[in-house]
Amino acid sequence: MAGDYLDRLRREGRIVIVGASLAGLRAAETLRAEGFTGELTLIGDEPHEPYDRPPLSKSVLLGMASPRRTELPHRREIDAKWRLGIAATGLDLAAKRVRLADGDEVPYDRLLIATGVRARPWLKEDEARLDGVCLLRTRDDAADLVQRLDAGPRRVFVIGAGFAGSEVASACREKGIPVTVAERAGAPLVGALGGVIGAVAADLQTENGVDLRTHVTVTGLEGDSIGRVRAVHLSDESVVEADVVVVSLGSQRNTEWLTGSGLGAGPRGIACDAGCRAFDFRGIVTDDVFVAGDVARSPHALFGYQFLSLEHWGNAVAQAETAAHNMICHGADRRPHLWMPAFWSSMFGVNIKSVGVPPMGDQLMITQGSLAERRFVGVYGYQGRVIAAVTFDNARWLEFYARQIERGAPFPVEYPTMDRRPENRQPVAADFPDPSLPTHGPTVTLSGYSPADQQLVFHPARH
Amino acid sequence: MRLVVDLNKCQGYAQCAFLAPDVFAMHGEESLIYNPHAPEEQRERLARAVAACPVQAITADGLEDFTGEPGPGPGQVASDGR
Repeated sequence: MAGDYLDRLRREGRIVIVGASLAGLRAAETLRAEGFTGELTLIGDEPHEPYDRPPLSKSVLLGMASPRRTELPHRREIDAKWRLGIAATGLDLAAKRVRLADGDEVPYDRLLIATGVRARPWLKEDEARLDGVCLLRTRDDAADLVQRLDAGPRRVFVIGAGFAGSEVASACREKGIPVTVAERAGAPLVGALGGVIGAVAADLQTENGVDLRTHVTVTGLEGDSIGRVRAVHLSDESVVEADVVVVSLGSQRNTEWLTGSGLGAGPRGIACDAGCRAFDFRGIVTDDVFVAGDVARSPHALFGYQFLSLEHWGNAVAQAETAAHNMICHGADRRPHLWMPAFWSSMFGVNIKSVGVPPMGDQLMITQGSLAERRFVGVYGYQGRVIAAVTFDNARWLEFYARQIERGAPFPVEYPTMDRRPENRQPVAADFPDPSLPTHGPTVTLSGYSPADQQLVFHPARH
Repeated sequence: MRLVVDLNKCQGYAQCAFLAPDVFAMHGEESLIYNPHAPEEQRERLARAVAACPVQAITADGLEDFTGEPGPGPGQVASDGR
């Protein structure tokens, strides 16, 4: 019986993908590549076909690419029905229908949710509406920001020194625009890489002319008489005049449309099993609803089976491929999603890459190169094993460390490594902030063991 | 022509930046930045860059005439299920 159902599903079933970005597109391609010949529908709230986001904060801001031309190449024909520019607003699990903002309903036999994340907006709505207050997540955001940077602002103010905020600051400096960066923590990138590496990132910023303010929060944005932003007020009572403010406070998962649906969806994403099947709010796995990309939380064997949320480009691709495969095959042929977390960033001419889960690490060893030279490999340890690695301009070694993480290699690293410096024989504390405090842009979020976590709320800084 | 580089795979060998300098550029010693929408007159150079990448990190569409097959390099075929 199950085989009959699957054969019919593959031949003439209806698969709906909500979310028409990287994960949605790669899933659609995989479904077709693996022989799905039924009806395929892609629903996306943006009116654009799937485009790539990483260039928006890099080559686009630097003027090397157009914000309107980052559409992703297709690996194959997908023969899909596109519903673009219309958000999904609800899900009826029992009737197997997705509700759309225009009132339409789309029935499915199997559903893939890949609705991703959006930029966290400035929390005071009247201030967020001031002209010159920007976000950077979508291509429309990027087009707006590029235009403002090209107009030669007197100063750009970036709120939040995660990867995105740091990349914006880097682009501003390259264009000769004065820029101030405010960060609640003691250094940039601390949520993702800890305080030791964060200190290197802080030096990079100040040496490149960024006015970096740490241990401060923004208390208010001040507008002029015609509604343009003119100044930023900080918790240390200083005031910085700026005509462009980029709010870079991390992201929020697009799960609100699932409220009341019965899925285990909340602010940390949608919990799914290793096979990408979504859990309902009771912690029972569904069999017709799958999840992939930034919005997913999935358990990972290498990291204690905790649910991980990965805002990583490579994870979106790998999880979409696995989810699509599992959607149309028999149980025994299903694959677990066990992708090695990996990401990259580029700022101030330095290539930053990482594998594993750095925020899980409590200790750090610089096994190659040196922090002072901004060319190094840092290895993170947790309970006596290698859990993550980061490189600054040393990416070719990363593959080796990924294998070390996979095999649970011992930490501290005792074997000799190329370019080991005498001062780096002993591990040091990696110096991550208290995990109970919110940090933006950790890129990997460890989100515990409950498949139905709906309780989490984001606490803005106290002023 | 559309293209995307898997920068997890990219190791900064810079072959693409030599072969198609109007599309790819090194930014610092190791970072690659690129234009995801290469103009048509870059077709041949782009095809050479895709073929020359030592880690097969570049996916471009519309290059069938040059590379024999569209889409992903060999590294991606297995995970793609093809």
